Amino acid sequence: MAKSEESAAGAALLQVDDLQVEFVTRDGVARAVNGVSYSVGAGETLAVLGESGSGKSVTAQAVMGILDMPPGRITGGRVLYRGQDLLTMPEEQRRRIRGRKIAMIFQDALSALNPVFSVGWQLGEVFRVHEGMSKKDSLRRAVELMDRVRIPAAAQRVNDYPHQFSGGMRQRIMIAMALALEPDLIIADEPTTALDVTVQAQVMDLLAELQAEYNMGLILITHDLGVVADVADKIAVMYAGRIVETAPVHELYAGPAHPYTKGLLRSIPRLDQKGQDLYAIKGLPPSLLHIPDGCAFNPRCERAADRCRAELPLLQAVLDEDGADLPGRRSACHFWKETLHG
Amino acid sequence: MAEPILEVRNLVKYFPLTQGVLFKRQIGAVQAVDGISFELHKGETLGIVGESGCGKSTLAKVLMSLERATAGEVLFKGEEISRLKGAALKAVRRNIQMVFQDPYTSLNPRMTVGDIIGEPFEIHPEVAPKGDRRKAVQDLLDVVGLNPEYINRYPHQFSGGQRQRIGIARGLALKPEIIICDEPVSALDVSVQAQVINLLEQLQGEFDLSYMFIAHDLSIVRHISDRVGVMYLGKMVEIGSDEQIYEHATHPYTQALLSAVPVPDPTGREGRERIILSGDIPSPANPPSGCRFRTRCWKAEERCSTELPLLAVPSLEGPAAHESACHFAAEREVEQSAA
Ligand SMILES: Nc1ncnc2c1ncn2[C@@H]1O[C@H](COP(=O)(O)OP(=O)(O)OP(=O)(O)O)[C@@H](O)[C@H]1O
Ligand SMILES: Nc1ncnc2c1ncn2[C@@H]1O[C@H](COP(=O)(O)OP(=O)(O)OP(=O)(O)O)[C@@H](O)[C@H]1O
Ligand code: SF4
Ligand SMILES: [Mg+2]
Ligand SMILES: [Mg+2]
Repeated sequence: MAKSEESAAGAALLQVDDLQVEFVTRDGVARAVNGVSYSVGAGETLAVLGESGSGKSVTAQAVMGILDMPPGRITGGRVLYRGQDLLTMPEEQRRRIRGRKIAMIFQDALSALNPVFSVGWQLGEVFRVHEGMSKKDSLRRAVELMDRVRIPAAAQRVNDYPHQFSGGMRQRIMIAMALALEPDLIIADEPTTALDVTVQAQVMDLLAELQAEYNMGLILITHDLGVVADVADKIAVMYAGRIVETAPVHELYAGPAHPYTKGLLRSIPRLDQKGQDLYAIKGLPPSLLHIPDGCAFNPRCERAADRCRAELPLLQAVLDEDGADLPGRRSACHFWKETLHG
Repeated sequence: MAEPILEVRNLVKYFPLTQGVLFKRQIGAVQAVDGISFELHKGETLGIVGESGCGKSTLAKVLMSLERATAGEVLFKGEEISRLKGAALKAVRRNIQMVFQDPYTSLNPRMTVGDIIGEPFEIHPEVAPKGDRRKAVQDLLDVVGLNPEYINRYPHQFSGGQRQRIGIARGLALKPEIIICDEPVSALDVSVQAQVINLLEQLQGEFDLSYMFIAHDLSIVRHISDRVGVMYLGKMVEIGSDEQIYEHATHPYTQALLSAVPVPDPTGREGRERIILSGDIPSPANPPSGCRFRTRCWKAEERCSTELPLLAVPSLEGPAAHESACHFAAEREVEQSAA
């Protein structure tokens, strides 16, 4: 890790550092997360982008302490919350931070809510458990929260059950639940993937507004290049359990420094391509049981050379054409220079 | 324009809502598709967009004769097919095939790839006589870019993108003239979607296919479609060329839908004028009177709740003059500044 990022660590709300997670499966050991590092500060939005199976959710689960262990196990790295390692701190303290300071929103709100309890009861539970509130007070707070996330007629709906709400409303209730204890950091794992675009726009709008209001850090996990361009301050791109590129949002879209990112951006249909083939990254993402030697992307990469098949490229500083460090930019490609400037 | 290969006229599909276990009483109906008309021309791709539950898949199933129409007509090359039965239905079905959304569940896990792709030949032996089948299946595998030696493998041995190719090969088996693709790439990784889209386009040229392409990714729909229809709550609210719909939409719903799509380019994102609709989509079992969009529409007036706007060409100039079902059809004033 570069010096500049070390020293900035004091400022980071959450810093994941060289995290490693593997799963022991029937067919062998799947190395799902192979040294992931990223950080997010207060009021900042980090988007984690990558295709299915690249390790986005597993990283978040390790941060939240909700990883399936076994079969999963954390084999290395640190998860620093305000500089303190969640992985090594005493259980009691860890639980307090994970319960109150970091909250998570999941893709599938319906399965994250309990179908047999009313929405108000579930929202109020946070207050009863963490603040010892009475049933009546907790319901009052539940209505406030539902109002806050713009559920119409919240007072009348507080006793309704999850299935009585639409998908977009359920996702807003999940956001309300995450906000209940005013956390510093929200991890949203594909919060709008299951929603229609007009509803997605509502939910993202709401999330951004609340984030600004409470100055929260937000880690947004997604594979949607549009959503990322809309809301992210900075981006971490994952491939086969590694971060392959990090960059501030404008710089990433203007000039990617990793061939995978470049390929993703090139495969977005453009107007002037009508009637022509889309650019397609060839091949398929690798199985985590057999990650290719060297750079995991090499079998699909247009720029791959012998070095790429032999030597693992580490996440390294990206420089501009005059050799000056581009802050926040890293690429795990031997040929980042050619990719960015070539 | 080429002649229409498929004409759909006032197509209606209601699903009865019943109550009671022993003596089912009908208490209403889900108006999944409610009076839709359009044409599909030979060799063209008609994109269909609209939010979840607006009736896209139901429309597809009725066209495929997988569901019976409640009312209306479907004409294939001028012949009404929606009420056919038996042998006549079987003969028509050959010409309209479907590729489904979910490559993970739409293939029978216990059948080999060869059996899956060859299954349509069992119903239509005239297309490939028994002795030629293996060869026919291998040719199909080759056409969709899979190794013909994979013929004896099972679906779980393939990735999502490969499974979708198997689904496409099966759709092609009977040499249909129309293929209805219902969300053919939404379950696939971004990096694999482009491969499948390219394949579909290449096959269209090769076999002179007409496509109805249902998807929620509006940029992919624009890329592949000659014309695009926009559905809302069982109705077609706007239809036109890709340019007419994407650049000159006149229906408020289309405008909202397009503006809600996140643009994969952060440049100028702060200045983007976005229409954020309030409220949720109403239930198709109890749609609003008049215009179905009026409960979420910022232009709605009294007239919208009493009078159903018909899909018709409004008296507007230039590319705005295409079919739209709004009393106040007009292009949006503020155009996006980012380019
Ligand atoms: N409980 C588990 N047991 C075994 N393997 C697991 C488990 N959870 C995750 N994995 C594996 O870890 C890898 C990374 O999974 P992860 O869920 O992080 O992917 P992702 O990037 O979030 O993908 P998606 O976009 O599909 O959500 C996958 O190959 C997955 O199969
Ligand atoms: N067999 C059925 N019985 C009752 N209602 C049905 C049936 N099939 C579909 N519906 C209802 O008809 C409406 C239209 O459904 P349809 O599946 O056509 O929507 P869609 O546009 O394909 O949505 P999506 O984008 O989610 O696939 C929905 O309200 C749905 O619940
Ligand atoms: S007819 Fe009225 S309610 Fe419907 S879309 Fe047009 S303006 Fe809106
Ligand atoms: Mg995930
Ligand atoms: Mg559908």
